[in-house]
Amino acid sequence: MNVLYFAWLRAKVGMGEEQVSPPAEIATTGQLVDWLKSRSDGHAQALADLKVVRVAVNQDYVGWDHPIRQGDEIAFFPPVTGG
Amino acid sequence: MIRIQTEDFDPGAELEAFSAGNGKVGGICMFLGLVRDYLGDAPEKAAQVRGMTLEHYPGMTERQLAAIEAEARSRWPLHDVLVIHRYGRLEPGARIVLVATASSHREAAFQSCHFLMDWLKTKAPFWKIEHTADGDLWVDAKEKDDSAASRWDLPQK
Repeated sequence: MNVLYFAWLRAKVGMGEEQVSPPAEIATTGQLVDWLKSRSDGHAQALADLKVVRVAVNQDYVGWDHPIRQGDEIAFFPPVTGG
Repeated sequence: MIRIQTEDFDPGAELEAFSAGNGKVGGICMFLGLVRDYLGDAPEKAAQVRGMTLEHYPGMTERQLAAIEAEARSRWPLHDVLVIHRYGRLEPGARIVLVATASSHREAAFQSCHFLMDWLKTKAPFWKIEHTADGDLWVDAKEKDDSAASRWDLPQK
């Protein structure tokens, strides 16, 4: 699956996009977060406080128990500040 | 219509072209958002911001704005909707966003324009980083934007 990071999350992770293949038991957005946090200190810092992180699957906002599948586009970003 | 772009736009020309020739339009409401030259809620600290850079999530931005436009059209009798949002580096005073709505009567035009801006602020995936004398600062989301958006929540059935 394709994982995207925006704004300060991208800065902390150190990249804007990565292809990942988590093990099959990683079935939700929340489980993916825990798995991603083990990949690097940057990931762990970016995803440390989920109160300030939003997640979208295939460009729709979802919660932390949303199912994920192979081929999904999953994005993590701070609360939005446009307009 | 939704337009996401780096280049500036001419509000007068956009207004002139918007709903031109549609005799059913009786009222147009337009909101224009600009880059302030001060940080946060403190105008006395003016001229601290040297500019900002807006980034967005290409694809999701268009998808969310289209959904917001569809929601506005389902709530009010609108003849036309226009949303222009810029991204990239913007200087103080620059135009960021334009929202315009056209209806037969003013009430729908006013309310739907207000609604579109409130929902855009909390749902469209844009992020601002302000360039100041003290460095670059990511703008934090504001609680008042959430409460502004929630005024449009529909009663639970």
